Amino acid sequence: MEALVAIAIGVLTAVGLYLMLRLRTFPVILGLTFLSYAVNLFIFVSGRLAENAAPIIGSSETYADPLPQALALTAIVISFGMTAVIMIMAIGGHLSSGHDRIDLGDDA
Amino acid sequence: MSLALIVALPFLGAAIPGVAIHAGRNAAAILTGAITALALLLLLSHAPAVLRGELVQTRIDWLPALGLNATFFLDGLGLLFAGMILGIGLLIILYARFYLAKSDPMGQFYSYLLLFQGAMVGIVLSDNILLLLIFWELTSLSSFLLIGYWKHLPEGRQGARMALAVTGGGGLAMIAGMLILGNITGSYDLTVILQNKDLIQASPWYLPALILILLGAFTKSAQFPFHFWLPHAMAAPTPVSAYLHSATMVKAGLFLMARMWPVLAGTPEWFWIVATTGLVTMVMAAKIAFFKDDLKALLAFSTVSHLGLITMLLGFGTKAAATVAVFHIINHATFKAALFMSAGIVDHEAHTRDLSRLGGLRTLMPITFGIVTLASLSMAGIPPLNGFLSKELMLEEAAHTTWLTPWAMGLLATIGAAFSVAYSFRFLAHGFLGPVRDDYPHKPHDPGFGLWAAPAFLALLVVLIGLFPMLTAEWLVDVAAGAVTGEPVAVKIKHWHGLDTPALWMSLAAIGGGLLLLGSYPRLRAIWDAAPRPEAKRIFDGLIEPLATLARSVTEGLHNGNFGRALTLAVLTIAGVALWAFLGGAHAAGTRALLPIDPVVTGIWAVMLVAAAATPFLHRNRVTALLLTGIVGLLIAPLFVLFSAPDLALTQISVEVVTVLLMLLALHFLPKETPAESPVPRRVRDAAVAGIAGLGIGGLAYAIMTRQPAFDPISAFHLAQSKPGAGGTNAVNTIIVDFRGYDTYGEIIVLGIAALVIFALSETLLRNPEVTRLLATRPRDRESGDRHPMMLVVATRLLLPMAMLVGVYIYLRGHNMPGGGFVAGLVFAIAYLMQYMASGYEWSHARQRYDHHALIGWGVLVASLAGVGAWFFGLPFLTSGYEYVSLWPLEKFELATAAIFDLGVFLCVLGAVLLTLASLSRLALRTGERANTHAYDTEGGR
Repeated sequence: MEALVAIAIGVLTAVGLYLMLRLRTFPVILGLTFLSYAVNLFIFVSGRLAENAAPIIGSSETYADPLPQALALTAIVISFGMTAVIMIMAIGGHLSSGHDRIDLGDDA
Repeated sequence: MSLALIVALPFLGAAIPGVAIHAGRNAAAILTGAITALALLLLLSHAPAVLRGELVQTRIDWLPALGLNATFFLDGLGLLFAGMILGIGLLIILYARFYLAKSDPMGQFYSYLLLFQGAMVGIVLSDNILLLLIFWELTSLSSFLLIGYWKHLPEGRQGARMALAVTGGGGLAMIAGMLILGNITGSYDLTVILQNKDLIQASPWYLPALILILLGAFTKSAQFPFHFWLPHAMAAPTPVSAYLHSATMVKAGLFLMARMWPVLAGTPEWFWIVATTGLVTMVMAAKIAFFKDDLKALLAFSTVSHLGLITMLLGFGTKAAATVAVFHIINHATFKAALFMSAGIVDHEAHTRDLSRLGGLRTLMPITFGIVTLASLSMAGIPPLNGFLSKELMLEEAAHTTWLTPWAMGLLATIGAAFSVAYSFRFLAHGFLGPVRDDYPHKPHDPGFGLWAAPAFLALLVVLIGLFPMLTAEWLVDVAAGAVTGEPVAVKIKHWHGLDTPALWMSLAAIGGGLLLLGSYPRLRAIWDAAPRPEAKRIFDGLIEPLATLARSVTEGLHNGNFGRALTLAVLTIAGVALWAFLGGAHAAGTRALLPIDPVVTGIWAVMLVAAAATPFLHRNRVTALLLTGIVGLLIAPLFVLFSAPDLALTQISVEVVTVLLMLLALHFLPKETPAESPVPRRVRDAAVAGIAGLGIGGLAYAIMTRQPAFDPISAFHLAQSKPGAGGTNAVNTIIVDFRGYDTYGEIIVLGIAALVIFALSETLLRNPEVTRLLATRPRDRESGDRHPMMLVVATRLLLPMAMLVGVYIYLRGHNMPGGGFVAGLVFAIAYLMQYMASGYEWSHARQRYDHHALIGWGVLVASLAGVGAWFFGLPFLTSGYEYVSLWPLEKFELATAAIFDLGVFLCVLGAVLLTLASLSRLALRTGERANTHAYDTEGGR
């Protein structure tokens, strides 16, 4: 199971970075979203995988590590805030300059 | 506590003048003065204890294990300096009120002044050397603001930058030196360090520490060869010059040398470095000052010269010389501040400070003339004024000091004194004596009382200390010199030492020589003008320019505005370093027991991976790309469920829904297609970079998951304490709202700020006529004939109360079961978003009773109140408490203050999401989007 999750994290990272290397704002933002997925998953699995062990006291024998979960939870919400801010910046850039390229100058 | 308060007062008060300026310039000046006066009163309340020889201390422990504590102490030296800083500060505040022009932003000036004053007081009262270093650099920063106050003057900006580079750079060297001292003695407290003279001087690190600390002191006190910044800092307004260069900034270096004197002085190294630097600076600067035409430049070089004199005295390393140094610090502050202010008055009234255009001011400005006469005669060392007393004591010390030969020190000191006499008299003679001219840029006359009151007061001190030194200054010199030398001092200050003292004859020679120099000024000036001189500014620029070029080329090389290039460089660097670290270590296979492959998970995993892998190929169609992203995001949620993270699953689902909705809305303003721009090789390159990163991260994740943690995680504590400590069974939620509540508190504030940023950016766009024109004329997308489908409208209406009920339920159960404020806020937000989608922004917004900004504000406020509430029980901020309550007919249930905090989280999240939506919608209305007035507004229906 661990291998599958690791592959998922790797693929999400690669897709995210590839999209972030594009030249227009929208794919870059999507890439950032993919990268957020990967990072949040990564933080989460740093607590190791466990099945049927939700960290609700009294619900099972063993508990998954709650700390990375709490960290990932806040990270998810902050990623949302960040994506929204970049999105409005992209809209502003597009409306002000008439194009949505991310690079300065022409040497892209 | 009150020592810390003295330091804190100017910082706390720094915001006040900026606000008070709206009530007028007098209000700003009076309030600034009141803050300074209050700090001075607090200081004076400790004076009796200090004069009795006691040490006043304040200790606030912060991180004792690292030696990071806010510790302050007040001894005689601190009292002298803090008194000067605050006392002369008061006079400067008064003077500046009448000096600055109407067009100058006075509120800013007073704010900067208070910041600087606080930093200075911090230096002289700090016990912890790390704290002292922070204040030290703060003076460099705040003096930068003051020197560059006239931002429109290029000289002001350049002078400020030069001062910052030199004094800030010296400060960095000093940090290293101080840390060495801290290492030698094992303590960062000055009071401890100062007790360890033998330990420090025996250490092999003594010389490096000494040189580094002296670099800091010499740059700050403008000692040769770092003296050049001070004259350039004269581009500052005169009140700033008078404050920085008489009593504060440049005296900080002297203070430090005096402060460290007990442990650093007394060695041959100290003597040779400090005394020689002081001597060279004194003579050289006095000579330059003599040839300066600009009143402030003359005073600037004279300041450098006097700082050299004091440095030299400290360098002698004897108790008597250190005592004279302390006495001269007082005297120099009085006459130099008076002279700077007078130069400012001349500039203010005659509109020039050029000696070659002045002269004859004696009859035109009698009051100023009187002040200048007293102060400059004191600077020249003419009896019975205070400058004479300390200068004669200095000459006496110099005469008895052997430097190279027994007489060289005495001779050079006398030459320096002669130049000092010469430039002081030149200031007076060429500025005020001689015939009245008729070509002043502006007809000068004495200014109002407000402007001359401060220098007149200082001139009075010059006379009083000069006439009655034993009454006015002796006690202060005694305690301060006692603190410097570490031994009781009882100095005898006299005007007449008898005919057999060398100082008398050296004084006479200096006065005679000075008059001779002034008499032959025209001839000397011709020689001076003909001789080549190094131009300090050009040398400095020459040194700085290559550095700036280097910095620029590094920055350009790393980030030239091409985002992909910077990202590629960063990814490859990280991957390279990681590979290097990986190859350098030994690796054993992971031993952790793995989970068996689960068919359900594998299915979800496969769909998710296909969607993710398809995105790079299909991303040109942006709607498709967004949908694929949404699929991946939603499928992560069941993974969270299966791996025992129900809270994460709830959050992931709700955030994903909101994100996709907002992105769809945003896509309205952006092109729907991404053009195929990058050539194939570039795509291959990008894919390779992304692949390397993916491989690395995936491998790292696998390595982590297959191994046990190297250290036991702290989670056991959270699991064990969740119920007894925080009163909740959901360990994730108790971490968020209780154990790590402070982090969450910061997080909701960040989220609120992000929403406000979005609002502000969209407002800016709406205010830009270019943008609104573009919005109104952009080609319209084909509209749906059924913009607000009746089915959807009816369904969302029905769903709204149900969704809210679910939200409330999720909020309430959060402490014990999966849920909580974050998720509840998002569920509420989604319910509202659906109303907006179904019925349009205008229609829904008209029915929205709560302001989004207010929601965010209330959220932060409620969370803060939950935190502050703990104070009333004597507990630290955000300590939570809980109680079980029985309320018939309900079962026994639990009330926790963490729930109040969670309510704040809920409100903040809800407000942030809705504000973001509203901002985007307001933009959409400008595209000519027709606002619907009726709920079921359909295009084709009517």
